[in-house]
Amino acid sequence: MNFIALGYADLALASSLVLLNAGLSLYLALGLERMFLIAALRMAVQLTLVGLVLRVLFAVAAPVWTLLAALLMVLFAGREVMARQERRFAGLWGYGLGTTVMLTAALLVTVFALTTQIRPDPWYDPRYAIPILGMILGNTMTGVALGLHALTTGAVRERAAIEGQLALGATRREALRATVRGALRMALIPIVNSMSATGLVALPGMMTGQILAGVDPIEAVKYQLLISLLIAGGTGIGALAAVSAGAWRLCDSRHRLRLDRLH
Amino acid sequence: MLVVERLARPGMPKVGFRLKDGACLAVMGPSGSGKTLLFRALADLDPSDGRVTLDGVSMDDVPAPEWRRRMAYVPAEPGWWAATPAAHFANWDHTGPLAESLLLPREIGSAPIARLSTGERQRLALMRALMGKPRVFLLDEPTGPLDAAATSAVEAVLRERLAGGASILLATHDEAQAGRMATRTLQFAEGRAMETAI
Repeated sequence: MNFIALGYADLALASSLVLLNAGLSLYLALGLERMFLIAALRMAVQLTLVGLVLRVLFAVAAPVWTLLAALLMVLFAGREVMARQERRFAGLWGYGLGTTVMLTAALLVTVFALTTQIRPDPWYDPRYAIPILGMILGNTMTGVALGLHALTTGAVRERAAIEGQLALGATRREALRATVRGALRMALIPIVNSMSATGLVALPGMMTGQILAGVDPIEAVKYQLLISLLIAGGTGIGALAAVSAGAWRLCDSRHRLRLDRLH
Repeated sequence: MLVVERLARPGMPKVGFRLKDGACLAVMGPSGSGKTLLFRALADLDPSDGRVTLDGVSMDDVPAPEWRRRMAYVPAEPGWWAATPAAHFANWDHTGPLAESLLLPREIGSAPIARLSTGERQRLALMRALMGKPRVFLLDEPTGPLDAAATSAVEAVLRERLAGGASILLATHDEAQAGRMATRTLQFAEGRAMETAI
């Protein structure tokens, strides 16, 4: 493929932009330079490490290592989902809910794509499996985190309204319907917005990457469409499962609202 | 008849009493002494220990939504989940006479909830519970934010229900109201709940 390889001098040149911003922040006494530089440094270290890991992973191409890497990614995503919650579930549910849901949704969609649409040989070839899982997982993570956040904060905020309905004899399902709907809407807004605006406002990163690597634009578009559809599916399944399980946990079998199960 | 035996939960003294059909028990005591916790436990909105039976049927043997239709809990600060009062009723058109006796104007049904006064909201919440024709009312300061005219209107409606065989647990800070409505009080004080005649 005819792509232009970058040298380290090129990266150093680009990093001057970050340094320029940090300098401006210092000059204007904005106090943002530390945060900015640390984030840039983190990115550089993390991406370099990932690059090295991926190179080894691709060279070995062993299913065990691929699976291990996938699991690690899901565990990190689970931690991220939990960290984004203002009110998280107490106990095992706090970490377990988001992680289990993402593990199921992201792995399901990834395996579905690898075995029926992209079909690399072997199907678990890490060069395909890991990037695709990464893209699906990243978006599913956002959906699950937003959905759970909206569900728990919504239940706390709307406690009087939810219990008001329960007190009149509503079932937990009826009483939580509005909150669950709001949470699902919140979870799906980013993916809906991104599908609606894609191509008009911004060119998706993966498609751009393929074009830069010399792939014909139509082929790159087909790939992007496939990935976007997988992401939409994964996010939808993940958010629905997370919000449903969360709503179930927020109530007990006596149709009570159990906010004491939140931190 | 409502029979409550050794009802216990954290933050509330152990409670036991019997409430006959058509009777009203005034629940009194300082704020934070456990009156609201008692009502929430009786409506099964919070877990509790002990035994509660209504007409011989134990709380645990009835599905919770069905239990709450028989034991209507109206909190001091009721919740709202739709834009207008009318949307909180199965059929707003059927509320006419009741709304009138609670001194609520007809057109209030389509007013935005946020625009209503505390007293109007309190009476609408009571009306919501009254429409379901429950056996027992758990009323947490139902006339707290009301003026004298509205208070006596509410009391008249409640007396009607007592005459019809329903019973009422009435949390109130107003001794005069307790005297008008109830024959006995359940007094929460110093970590105990004592039932006395008025």
